Amino acid sequence: MQAYDYIELKVPAKAQYVGVTRLAISGLASRLGFTFDEIEDLKIAASEAVTNAVQHAYGDCEGEVIVGCALFEDKMEIMIADSGNSFDFEETKKHIGPYSDGEDAQFLREGGLGLYLMESLMDEVKVHREEGVTIFMTKYLGGERVDKDVRTVSSQT
Amino acid sequence: MNLQVEVSEENLVHYFKVVGEVDAFTAPVLKERLTSVQKTPNVQAVIDLSEVDYIDSTGLGIFIGFYKALQEQNGYVKMTGVNHRLKRLFEITGIDKIIDIEIEEGGSDDASL
Repeated sequence: MQAYDYIELKVPAKAQYVGVTRLAISGLASRLGFTFDEIEDLKIAASEAVTNAVQHAYGDCEGEVIVGCALFEDKMEIMIADSGNSFDFEETKKHIGPYSDGEDAQFLREGGLGLYLMESLMDEVKVHREEGVTIFMTKYLGGERVDKDVRTVSSQT
Repeated sequence: MNLQVEVSEENLVHYFKVVGEVDAFTAPVLKERLTSVQKTPNVQAVIDLSEVDYIDSTGLGIFIGFYKALQEQNGYVKMTGVNHRLKRLFEITGIDKIIDIEIEEGGSDDASL
C-alpha cells in the first residue's frame, strides 16, 4: 500500500459549512501541487458531495458530515460520508463499488447536476449506499493522465 | 464566504451583478433576486458574472430555473463576464447551448490565485 497523509474533517450537516470544507480541500490540494484549475475542480466536486450530504441526508435533523482526504504523492482521494460516524478509510473504501446508472444515480440526481459535475471534474467517482451515502472520489496530479480504464484496473488490484 | 447580488434597471433591462461565491448556503440570495423579476412578461435580464469567485450546481440550477421561467414569459436572459472557469462549467453541463453567454474579454484567468 502506498503511503499517504490522511486528514479528516467533521462538520455539522449545515449548508454554511460547505464553504469551510471547500477551503480545507483547496488548501490540501494546493499542498499537493495541483494546478489552479485542478484545485477549482476539486473544490467544486467536494462541495457537490458535501452539499448532497447536507441536503439529502438529514433534512431538518441534526447530523454530521465527514470529509476524509488521503494525500498520495500522485493523487488525492476524498471520501464524503453522511452517516455521522467516523469511518475506517481503508475498510470503507473496500465496500465502495463503481457508480452505475441505477438507483444510486437517481437518488443523487434529484438534486440536479451535482453527481454529473463530480464525475466530470474528478478522475474517478464511486458511490456507496449503506447506512447513509458515502461518496469516494479521486483526482490524479498532472494534466497528462494515463487512460482512465488502465488506471481503474490497476487501482483495483 | 459571501454573496452579493446588485440589482439595477436600465432601459427596461434588469441587470444582476453577482459578486462572491454561489453555493448551497448563499444561493437563496441569488434565487430571491432573480425570482423577483421572473414573472414579468417579456422581461429582459443580464446576469453579470465577472466577479463570481465560485459557483457549483446549486447556482447553475438556479440559472436554469430562471431561464425556464423567462421562456414562459417570453423573456430573455444573457450571462456576461464569463471567465474561463465558468465557461468550462457551462460547457460541461451544456448550459452554454441553451443560455446566451458572453465571454469575459482580456481578463486574466488566474486573478484570484
